[in-house]
Amino acid sequence: MDPTNHPATGSTGTTLHPAEGSLIHARGLIKRFGDFTAVDGIDVDVRRGEAFGFLGPNGAGKSSTMRMIGCVSPPTAGVLEILGLDPRRDGPRIRAKLGVCPQLDNLDLELTVRENLTTYARFFGIARKEARRRADELIEFVQLTERADSKVEPLSGGMRRRLTIARALVNQPEIVLLDEPTTGLDPQARHLVWERLFRLKQQGVTLVLTTHYMDEAEQLCDRLVVMDGGRIVAEGSPRTLIERYSTREVVELRFDTAGQEAYADKLAGIGERLEVLPDRILLYVADGDAATAEVQRRSLSPAGVLVRRSGLEDVFLHLTGRTLVD
Amino acid sequence: MAAALSVLEYHLVNYRRTWQSSALSTLVMPLLTVLGFGVGVGAYVSSGVDGVPYLDWIVPGLIASTALQAAVGEATWPVLSYFEWIKVYFAQAAAPLRVVDILGGHLAFMLFRVLVTSTAFLAVAAAFGTLHSWWAPLTLVVSLVVGLAVAAPTVAYAAGITSDSYLIILMRFAVLPMSLFSGVFFPVESLPEVLRWVAYAFPLWHGVELSRDATLGTAPGWMGLVHAACLVAWCAAGFLLAHSRFRRRLVI
Repeated sequence: MDPTNHPATGSTGTTLHPAEGSLIHARGLIKRFGDFTAVDGIDVDVRRGEAFGFLGPNGAGKSSTMRMIGCVSPPTAGVLEILGLDPRRDGPRIRAKLGVCPQLDNLDLELTVRENLTTYARFFGIARKEARRRADELIEFVQLTERADSKVEPLSGGMRRRLTIARALVNQPEIVLLDEPTTGLDPQARHLVWERLFRLKQQGVTLVLTTHYMDEAEQLCDRLVVMDGGRIVAEGSPRTLIERYSTREVVELRFDTAGQEAYADKLAGIGERLEVLPDRILLYVADGDAATAEVQRRSLSPAGVLVRRSGLEDVFLHLTGRTLVD
Repeated sequence: MAAALSVLEYHLVNYRRTWQSSALSTLVMPLLTVLGFGVGVGAYVSSGVDGVPYLDWIVPGLIASTALQAAVGEATWPVLSYFEWIKVYFAQAAAPLRVVDILGGHLAFMLFRVLVTSTAFLAVAAAFGTLHSWWAPLTLVVSLVVGLAVAAPTVAYAAGITSDSYLIILMRFAVLPMSLFSGVFFPVESLPEVLRWVAYAFPLWHGVELSRDATLGTAPGWMGLVHAACLVAWCAAGFLLAHSRFRRRLVI
């Protein structure tokens, strides 16, 4: 792949994508495993060139949705069209135009970095010489040039992840599916992966990713859906979701005394919403400084006050709750 | 077909790393086996078997048995690992390959390994002057069929388990009895009736008989058809079962 001249907008896709212009089109999509409903009737449209995110706690149905889109998991019911094709019938044809970066790296640890790419390219019917050319370009793109002929086994988690991403690009896909692309990586590695994904997006590649990192979603996604219990509970751009489901700012108050609950009544009426946590109270407000002034006017003296902008994390926790999901 | 070949190519690239060390054992193993069993044990079986010197009688059985060993070796731990540990099959399933390509390409590689080891053994056997017919090269065809008849059901078994302790069970209760009671080291006629049926049921004996006919130049007659039919049945049933297991694992 030539990173500076990506063919995602090339001619192969134009004959395939449906009239409404969405590369992925789902209506009432359902996936059941026996009695368990993993995906419970979702509607999704992913447009060409956008970065689309699935957010949600563990077990929300993100990965099941991704596997259906990846055409390795037939839908139980509902409509699913990818590049205008039906995954039930045209699995191999669709997969030829997808790049998949799975949640857990499934590289061949015994092969070299280069061999992982060239052998995988062959699965797409790419000629050997072309496969080697693309491998070299992709190795450079994900900054693994020095390790090109090293086995995968000794590589760090971040390097392996980059190689998995490179492998997902070897067929110059129209859509790249990334299932939790930076889970388990250290901050440096995460930022490098984000930067590479951002460059792909700039080249017009359609990215579909799942994550439970809110900063990742805010950085990368043009549009996202929040899933919970197999359903979509919210949809929009990061900014509109924050506007709709949270306030502009959040004031975090810490009181010295053991029970924060005692202060809940005294704070009533400040801001739109108040949340009591074991160690602090969150006030969801339009203007943090005004709210802080009001707290002081009521002669409450918290040990700590933090005013911050509202983020996707607030939206996420508001929509999916704080209960731990395992 | 091209898709399955690309899977075969992947396995060959993988094999290229280790072929030198495995090539050595491919030649040394038959050498030791021929010396140990044929020459060593053969010295005590001075009367031979069915009027044939023991070494000449045992070699075709050992070739078929080697095909079995090679097939089992490639169809057990590697398959389990590709599902459970390094998950290579799942990476392949995300590419535009069908389940039949993934399975077929890997089986083709297993047959390649069977062919290499059987050829090495046949060469050693020829060097010891144990081949008595121009039909002898046909043992390689027999080896390939035995290889598939063993590899396909073994792959199906390995695709249905999640821990390698089940592979130990397979080795002890299927591979070992099959190796011992399939007429490789002594005629099945010397077994009690019950154990004879073990030989008849499993694929190896049928391959051993066909191989022996090929190296000794005896006509298999209508039993040749029975042997071939049994082997083909194992191949077909094994492949279908393996395909359905692969499907269940890869398309969920």
